[in-house]
Order: sequence, then C-alpha cells, then structure tokens
Amino acid sequence: MEVARYWRANRQRYQLVGEVCPNCQGKIFPPRDVCPVCEKEAKTPFTFSGHGEVYSYSTVYQAADGYEQATPYTVAMIRLAEGPLISAQLTDVDESDVKIGMPVEMVTRALREDGERGMIVYGYKFRPVMAVA
Amino acid sequence: MMKSSRPVGIVGYGAYVPRYRLPAQEVSDLWTDGNAGLPVREKSVNGLDEDVATMSIEAARNALRRAAVSPEQLGAVWVGSESHPYAVKPTSTIVAEAIGATPYTQAADWQFACKAGTEAFQAAIGFVAGGMAQYAMAIGMDAAQGRPGDALEYTAGAGGAAYILGPAEDAIAEVEGSLSYVTDTPDFWRRQYEKFPEHAGRFTGEPAYFNHVISAARQLMDEMAVSAKDFNHFVCHQPNAKFPLKAGADLGFNPQQMKTGLLVNEIGNTYAGSCMIGLTAILDVAQPGERILVTSFGSGAGSDAFAIRMLRKSETPGVTSTQGYIQRRKVIDYAMYSRLKGHYKLN
Ligand SMILES: [Zn+2]
Repeated sequence: MEVARYWRANRQRYQLVGEVCPNCQGKIFPPRDVCPVCEKEAKTPFTFSGHGEVYSYSTVYQAADGYEQATPYTVAMIRLAEGPLISAQLTDVDESDVKIGMPVEMVTRALREDGERGMIVYGYKFRPVMAVA
Repeated sequence: MMKSSRPVGIVGYGAYVPRYRLPAQEVSDLWTDGNAGLPVREKSVNGLDEDVATMSIEAARNALRRAAVSPEQLGAVWVGSESHPYAVKPTSTIVAEAIGATPYTQAADWQFACKAGTEAFQAAIGFVAGGMAQYAMAIGMDAAQGRPGDALEYTAGAGGAAYILGPAEDAIAEVEGSLSYVTDTPDFWRRQYEKFPEHAGRFTGEPAYFNHVISAARQLMDEMAVSAKDFNHFVCHQPNAKFPLKAGADLGFNPQQMKTGLLVNEIGNTYAGSCMIGLTAILDVAQPGERILVTSFGSGAGSDAFAIRMLRKSETPGVTSTQGYIQRRKVIDYAMYSRLKGHYKLN
C-alpha cells in the first residue's frame, strides 16, 4: 500500500473536501483543479455537506481483495446535494432496505487495512440519514 | 477538590453508539447452555468499518454542531480509550484531521482503562482555565474486547462521547469542582501484544470499583459541603447493571436520580465512554439549575468525580440525541457478532 498516495488525499477522504469553480460556482468532487463544466482552473477548496441521495446501487457478493470480511456489501452512486455524482460504499443498512432516491449522509469509516501489520485507511461511506430526535 | 480559578463549562457534547446489539442471552446460550445470569440485557457492537477513531469522529462532529464552535478554535483534541486502533500512532490526529482541527492544535491519546476519557476531560478543564486554549475537546470512547466465553464478553460494548470544554460564559453547564482518587490496585489489565484483558475475578468489586467510586464521589461532596439530595442526577461508571446502582445507593442516591444516565442494559459497558455517554443522556434533558454528579472508574485503579450545574437547556436542531442512537438498533446473533469481532479467519 502506498502510504503517501493515501496521505495526500486525507482531507478529501475524511471530510469530503473538493473544490468550487470561481467562474461558474460549480462544485467539484473529487478535486481535479479544472472545472468539468466550464474548463476553467478551479483550485478553491470546498467542504461538501455530506448530504445526498442514492442514485443507483449494486450489492457485491464476490469481494475485492481486502474486503472479504464485509461480504456482502452495497456500493452506490451518490448524488451529492451540491451536484457531483460519486461512488461509495453504503454502511449501517441492510441491502433489502436500500432504495433509489434514499436520503443518505456521509460518515467517516475504516475503508480497508493493509493486513494486520499495515496502515488502516479511513474515508467516506454513506448511511441512511439518522433520526435527530 | 480541584476548582479552576476561571469558571469552565461544557460548551458542546456529542454521543455515539454503533448500530448493532448483541443480547447477553446469546452469549449465555452458547457458552453455558443458557444457565449464566445476565449482567446486562444487551450490548452495543461496532460494525466492521468502525473503531475508536471513527466513533470518536462522529461524536466530535456532534459536539462541534452543539457548541457552534469552529474546529480551528479547538486548542486540544484528546482521545481517552483502552482500544486505540494502533498500538503506536495516535488516534487523536486522525480525529483532529477528520473534524478539521489540524494542524494548529494539541493532540494526544490518553490511557487509564475505563477512566481515560474523564482524565482528558479533567485536563481540558485546566487547559481552558489556564488560558492555554479557548476550547479543548475531550473524548472517551471504546470498542472493548472480551475473551470468548469470559464474563466480560456479556458486557464489553462500544460507544462513548465527546465534550468541548470552554469558558463558562459560553457553556450549557458549568463544572463546579472535581476530584481524583487513585491507588495502585491490580484488578484488570492487558499486557502488550495480548488481545484480551485479564481480570482478577471477584477482586474487581470491593477494593477496586466500589472503593474508588464511592471514595471519590463522597470526598468531592464533603469538600463542597453537599450531599446526594443536592443533586438531580448521579451517573457513574457502568461495568454491569448492579454495580452502579449499589455504589449510588451507598452514596445516598435513589434510583430516580440514577435512571437517566444508566445506559448499561441497552449498550453494555462502553469502558472509557461509559459515564461520559451517560452524562450526555442527562444533558439532553436536564433543565437549567439542575445539578449532576459524575464519577468514572478506571481499573488499575482510580476515579474522577465532577459536580456539574446546568446553566441553560441544550437545544440544537439536527443532532441525534443519545436516546436516538440507542433506539437505532439492529439485533445480531453470536455468528454475526463473531464476524464483527474478527473471529473468523478467511485466508
Ligand atoms: Zn466552472
């Protein structure tokens, strides 16, 4: 596992920090320094609210390396409230309860670990919006 | 008694309890054919993607929302736990980074078995009172391990709370005073490289838990010239359902005073999080003027006691209450529990 590659994207993964385009105000995630809409330079950091909804989803039964313990798990495309569409794992939800359009919120969770001796990678997942009462 | 020269209080707080619950009956059924007495009804269990860092992050975010303090204003981010994800590598920097408090902040991990959170809380009072920081965050959080079949497996839960200490004029509750009582008492320990803790059986009761909890709480009340009847709420460390009620009764508290903060039947023993999350359930409902006595216990051994007075009601829309977390609940069986605890070797 490349420690430096993960470390550089800590804020992006932990807090959903992307960018905002100074020209068209479009919100960008993941950050790429160029606005995908107007193609102008966009380097201003922007922290997303973490709110969004499930755009589509799929349940994984044959896990990729490092994810075997969590099988089955659900991967979704999330439409963030600010616009961008991103892919992420869902958590704290049973597969049968997942619906397209379901409101979700970002949580920071352990994504994977590099064996028992390696580092633990933390980052965003999404779960059904919690009751606030 | 420790009393800060500058008044300090709780500016914000946040709880976290994971979604999964293991009924104690499941443990009893597997290991004793259902014959063992149950020390709690059920306990909370962290998901595969949760540990003390991730649970602390969520509690810390809740505390920041309630405090309406920006993360850059936190002069310290301290995490007390006996289940830090790394043996060497601070949990506190992960939490500080995730909530946006880095890089100009103090960060440290605290250890003292189940009182690691309250000692961070106590130090945070001093940090703020001394003007070293305007605001300091103290977290008590655990994802406790119990050896399969051991008495601790029934109770070792997951969860905890985060607090932001600050000047009393910004606070919802003021810390009136605190006191620590410690002795070298070997009731429970875990040696380096060992996965599960050892405990000294019945020795954990009288000389350890009861002596420290009762001595700390009684001495604080004596020095403040108050008694149990002066408090609306009492919350102490909750290793099982019996111990806190007995300690409270010995101190003169009635069950009504202990009800709101007693969460052990629903979430188990959350170790460094135990009395700290109990206090969040009280802060969720307490009225201005109400007084709360909090007493932790950490094996090894010691207790920190705090007298807290509500200044104003906590009302923050959009933050999940402690009871809200408790009611979000998915019951699991022992097979699922074993998976969440990593008991299965897949390759
Ligand atoms: Zn643009």
